[in-house]
This record gives sequence, C-alpha cells and structure tokens, in this order.
Amino acid sequence: MANDSTFNRLATAPATSVTLWIEGQAVKARAGDSVAAAVLSAGLGPSRTTPVSGSPRGAYCMMGVCFECLMEINGRANTQACMTPVEEGMQVLFQQGARQPGEALV
Amino acid sequence: MSSERVDLAIIGAGPAGMAAATEAAASGLSVAVIDEQPQAGGQIYRNVGEPVLQDPHILGTDYYQGAALVRALQAATITHIRNASVWEVSPTGYLCLTEAGVSRRLLFSRLLIAPGAQERPVPFPGWTTPGVMTCGSAQILLKSSGLTPAAPVVLAGSGPLLLLVACQLSRAGIPVAAVLDTTPTAHYWSALAELGGALRGWQQLLKGVRLLAELKRSGIPRLTAVNGLRAEAGEDGKIAKVCFRQGDRDQQLDCTTLLVHQGVVPNVQLSRALKLEHRWDALQQCWRPQLDAWGEGSLAGVFVAGDSAGIGGALAAEQQGRLAALQVAQQLNKLDARLRDQRAAPIRKTIAQQLAIRPFLDRLYQPAGEFLRPSDQTLVCRCEEVTAGEIRSIARQGCAGPNQAKAFSRAGMGPCQGRQCGLTVAQLMAEVQGVSVAEVGYYNIRMPVKPITLGELADLDLPA
Repeated sequence: MANDSTFNRLATAPATSVTLWIEGQAVKARAGDSVAAAVLSAGLGPSRTTPVSGSPRGAYCMMGVCFECLMEINGRANTQACMTPVEEGMQVLFQQGARQPGEALV
Repeated sequence: MSSERVDLAIIGAGPAGMAAATEAAASGLSVAVIDEQPQAGGQIYRNVGEPVLQDPHILGTDYYQGAALVRALQAATITHIRNASVWEVSPTGYLCLTEAGVSRRLLFSRLLIAPGAQERPVPFPGWTTPGVMTCGSAQILLKSSGLTPAAPVVLAGSGPLLLLVACQLSRAGIPVAAVLDTTPTAHYWSALAELGGALRGWQQLLKGVRLLAELKRSGIPRLTAVNGLRAEAGEDGKIAKVCFRQGDRDQQLDCTTLLVHQGVVPNVQLSRALKLEHRWDALQQCWRPQLDAWGEGSLAGVFVAGDSAGIGGALAAEQQGRLAALQVAQQLNKLDARLRDQRAAPIRKTIAQQLAIRPFLDRLYQPAGEFLRPSDQTLVCRCEEVTAGEIRSIARQGCAGPNQAKAFSRAGMGPCQGRQCGLTVAQLMAEVQGVSVAEVGYYNIRMPVKPITLGELADLDLPA
C-alpha cells in the first residue's frame, strides 16, 4: 500500500488524468472521479468545519444525501463535492465554520 | 423559452428507472429519464456501463448483470438527462431540474419517481467524526473510482451489504481489521419465524451463506452481538479508534476508516414533497408511499417504483419499473388492458419470488435499539448538531411532533433537509410519548428538495 492514511487506487480502466487544485495544492484525479473522491485519494481533509460548533467533518455517504462534503468549488460555496465530477483546473476550497459578516458572497 | 413535454418523466436511472424507460419507450411513449449521475445504473449498478475496476472478481457477478439494463436503455429512444437534479415537482404536470448550473422545466403526462434507497442513518456517539463513512460509500468509491478506504479499516453494523463490502474489500486485497456485527442475537430467533419465505427465496439465502463462508475463509474476524459502538477522534480530528462492547467486555480497535451500515430505507424526499400518502412499515422501520398494484400513488398519474417504494432489492425494482411503465402505456392508450395484464403476469411472479425472503431479512437485520433510539449524548441531526437528549427533552415538554421539533431545536433544518435525522427524531418522540412512530409522523418536506441558487431559480420560465 502506497500510503496508509489515504484512499488508494486499484488497477482501473484507462482514463484521462485531470489536475485540479484543492486548497491550493495540485491534485491528480481520474476523469470520472467526484471532487469528494479526489479529496479522499489525496489524503486531504477534514474537508470542512461546521457552522454550528466548528467541529471537523468529511465525506460520509458519497451519494448526495448527507451534505457533509459541502465545499467551495470554482467559487460556488456549499456545493456537494460527491455529486460534482472533477474538471481540469478546478479550484476547490474547504469551508471553515460559518460565513463571517462582510465576507464576499459569490 | 418553451418547455419540453414528454408522456413519461422518470426520476432516477437505477434498475427501476432504466427498466421503466425501456419498457415505456417500447410501447411508443415519449420518455425522459433524469438522473444525478453521469452514467445510468443507480447506486447498485453504478458505472457498470463502463466498469472502472480492471478485476471483475472484486465486485462480483451480480454487479455486472446490471450492464444488460444499461445497454437496453442506451438502445431505447429516450431522452437521458444526466448530471441533473430535480428540485421541484408539481402534481399539475411539470418538474424543474438543474443541469450544469442551468435550470429548466419539463412537462409530463405521467411521472415515475424512482430515486431508490438511501442508507439508514446510523446515529451513534462519534458518527460525525471524519473517517466514519457508510458501507455504501465504500462501494461507490470502488465502482466509480476504483478507490479503497484508508487502512486500518473496520466495518460495523448489520445487514447483507456489511458482509458484501467486507468480502469485496478483501478481494481487492484490503486488510479488513474486523467486522463488528451489531445484529442482536434475539433477531436470529425472530427471523426463524419467517424461514418459509427465506426458503422460497433460497437463491438469495444461498448468496448470504456464501458471503459468510467467504468472510470466514478470508480470515477477517467477525465479532457478533456487538453493542455500545463509539468512534473516537485522534488529535487531527479524524477517527483514531472504534470502541465497543461484546458480551460484558469493553474493547477497542485502532482504525483510519470505520464503515457503518444498518440497512437501507426508501428515499421518500420527492414523494413526501408531493404529499403522496405514506404508511409506516414497522418491519422495515421506515416510511413507504401507499401505492396500488401498478405503483401509482395517492395522486393520479404519479407512480413510485423500486426501493423508493419499499426495500425489495435491485431485481424487484427492475420489475416494478416495468409494471409502472405498462400501466402508464395503458392509461395513455398505447396498450390495451388485456395485453397489459398478460405482460404483467410473469413480472408479478418474479416480484413475488424476489420479495419472498424480505420478511426474514427484515426481522434479522432490523437495527438494534441503540441505532434507532440512540443515547442522549449522540448527535441526531448532523447538520444543526442536535443531540438525542435535546429531542427527548423537547418531547417531554410536550413538543407535538417532528415539525414542531424543527422550531424548538432546528433539527431537520440544515442542508440535508432531514434526510439524516427524520427517522431518528420520530423514533425518539414516539419513545418519550409512548406512541407509535406512525402516530408521530414525519417532517413536512417542501420544494425545493435540493439546494439551488437564486440564479437557477431566476433562469426558470415559470408558468403564467
């Protein structure tokens, strides 16, 4: 196993490699991955802290029903990362706590 | 902008939606299938049209059987709207969807709701810790990305998927540290009462027996009658260990990923938002829409098929989709009643065969009490961070039901719109007030059933 702390990739059918930016870090993903999958395979996260208590959260259901993997994707906050396919050059930011007064709306 | 119109709009491209679309198109109906994923298949057959894993042995033959449904859908003359979510449905015959950030309306004569199941929320202390994920999520990562969870991996819960995922990970060469089976011993005895049905569904029973044998051969320790499940985080905030009790012995295991599972429940968000009548299924401990023999709900022209109509599995879902399509074709004068009934007969036979084992499985794998009505300190509403203790407290103060609980506690008011807490809140209120869950009821689910931006709303050509 390459790295015990991350999700590892088994032998897969050939696919295009996509580079996206997660928290400013270049991450290679497989075309067809969701953004949430790319975060897990890069070993990044917890991917947000909650607006209520600031407790850390990561992806939980991977099928769009728990809303735990909300991230800011290409400038759009609260996007479900498990429902968003990766794209070349995509910019992904983790969300920390509640939005602060005066913070720019996108 | 003029809106497109179809005879039949189908929400969800899982087995029920795919089979219904193919059947309906064959009868000459115009059909649109709207699905959240890029590829048809649903969760059970996810990506089966273009399998990701090179080794087909890992997921097993049941998965690859779904390819026939995908091929039939691809060959059919239908409109497949991918990567799209439906956020509003009107009983007057239109729905609103967003595709690639752009929203539009679709008009229909008949609607089939087939969004499938979701995993039952599994509240226990620490279940919000990063690294705690569902067994279904591990399968999704395998099917759509070929990713395996960070080791050490522990699985905890109850139900066929728990055993299947343990075997699939093991086939992929992932060392599963342990399977913590939370099925209460008493359930084995109560399930025996339904052994007749289990024997009629012997093919499925055999699959279960084979999984248990494979698990044993693989050397993965399976600890039975486990209770008192708790996840503990390390300094980095991610899960570091899982604590539990077996018999009178407290134990703990180090882990980086804890995969949990307590069965699946119908996804009723859309059927609820449409105010279809639902009934409480005490055996499956979930709500299901009230349907006639063809899958039509309490609103004329609105059908529900597959696991969103009650858990029956992929093979039953497929046939339920076909039944609904036959009835729609008859209603829209594309098929006479005699031919409809003739075609329905073998389909009904298959459904009965597929559902025969359900009472056995439903009794055996009903979640243990600690997951239905968790301890006071357990978070119930993950979004708004409301504990079971707070729900019990407001219930004692006379809170009338789940909808009032929203106002009292904010439970159910976060982004998941109650998907992760609705069942638990109702269970807790029923427990405190000494009534059945059926009497307590459920949240009023309102449109939009998916979060949308103001821009997506503004894009829309609303009816005059």
